[in-house]
Amino acid sequence: MGLELYLDLLSQPCRAVYIFAKKNGIPFELRTVELLKGQQHSDAFVQVNPLRKVPALKDGDFTLAESVAILLYLSRKYKAPDHWYPQDLQAGARVDEYLAWQHTALRSSCSRAMWQKLLGPVLLGVQVPPETLASTLAELDRNLQLLEDKFLKDQAFLTGPHISVADLVAITELMHPVSAGCQVFKSRPKLAVWRQRVEAAVGEDLFQEAHAALMKAKDLPPLDLAMREKLKAAVQVLLQ
Amino acid sequence: MGLELYLDLLSQPCRAVYIFAKKNGIPFELRTVELLKGQHFSADFAQLNPLKKVPVLKDGDFTLTESVAILLYLTRKYKTPDHWYPQDLQARARVDEYLAWQHTALRRNCLRTLWHKLMLPVFMGEPVAAEMLAATLAELEGSLQLLEDKFLQNKAFFAGPHISLADLVAITELMHAVGAGCQVFEGRPKLAAWRQRVEAAVGAVLFQEAHEVILKVKDSPPADPTIKQKLMPSILALIQ
Repeated sequence: MGLELYLDLLSQPCRAVYIFAKKNGIPFELRTVELLKGQQHSDAFVQVNPLRKVPALKDGDFTLAESVAILLYLSRKYKAPDHWYPQDLQAGARVDEYLAWQHTALRSSCSRAMWQKLLGPVLLGVQVPPETLASTLAELDRNLQLLEDKFLKDQAFLTGPHISVADLVAITELMHPVSAGCQVFKSRPKLAVWRQRVEAAVGEDLFQEAHAALMKAKDLPPLDLAMREKLKAAVQVLLQ
Repeated sequence: MGLELYLDLLSQPCRAVYIFAKKNGIPFELRTVELLKGQHFSADFAQLNPLKKVPVLKDGDFTLTESVAILLYLTRKYKTPDHWYPQDLQARARVDEYLAWQHTALRRNCLRTLWHKLMLPVFMGEPVAAEMLAATLAELEGSLQLLEDKFLQNKAFFAGPHISLADLVAITELMHAVGAGCQVFEGRPKLAAWRQRVEAAVGAVLFQEAHEVILKVKDSPPADPTIKQKLMPSILALIQ
């Protein structure tokens, strides 16, 4: 059995891994884990990732969780072009810096914006108080400002002149609130131009393909009662 | 001007960077930034790091934030022994996996434990509801269990037979909880034995030195009102 990637393209980090593997022609078996059906809790999947999260990688007997670790593993094992994770000391450090920062910053804002604005109402029938949503969107805005001022600056991509895994991780995050109707790029021309560059570097077709499921999230039917209760408990923190 | 490290040993990620640099004989100027005096809000420091956080590395004109990025930069630039961040594909992936997971898991739990159990009530004079503290401690328990079951298992260290960056980042987090008065190693012989190994690998003297501040934080006098006002918003944001 070759490389297996356990993904749900509704999840931002899964999209980053999917795009990276496809773009670099890395052969893999796609194992879809439907989060909205609770498939991450199946006995089979727990063997692959006891953290019960996607993405997860299985390469023979070797299993790996955490999208950042998976992206770095793939880039090394399949010797992806240097620009994805540069060998250069300072360029590489800039990528590491972004990948570390984003966990508790952009990632958090984008997940919360998505759940509070779209998935909570659509899937769970939950409306968060307007002040909560306003506060989340304000935080998203601050993180977008940091993205522009600290990372992008006057560069073509987040960490320099070429696309890296940092850009992939960032763009897949930003598409989350975009699909929820947040005008992330409309009011930020610098970011909009960066987005065009990233899409062009990735390839339009692959970018669309990776985001197809997400762009249809607003048309998802509400979950049945049992699933609703289960998910509500799991995403409690994201609704605040 | 050679390498400068802007640190406050009150902070877990600063301790990891400090121990790593000292252990590996990396020459640096220590620039102390006292968080409890609000020194991270000074104009000079904001110039260096607009995110107003520690640790920060300055190497000539190159400035770097994020402890994980700093640790990786130091391993590469100073060509530290392989075991810290092994070349072996799978061992390295294990380290990356831990370093990614910890941001929103153990790190978050240990930070909240320190503030909910000790710093908010004692330093800030802001009582914390019993249910909030109980919830935080329960989450910490969850992370400790994952630490044993997923990351450590039956190995000597997280990535295998030798200490790596993952162990260093983890131990400095756990000492945060210890500084708050949580006996995280009691009733967890596996973790306690791992801690002994990590201390021995780092060196008892260096380990004590790095942890002097956090182990005395419970004796901090209460913050004066000016400081309290200055620090509260950022602390609440940090531990949300």
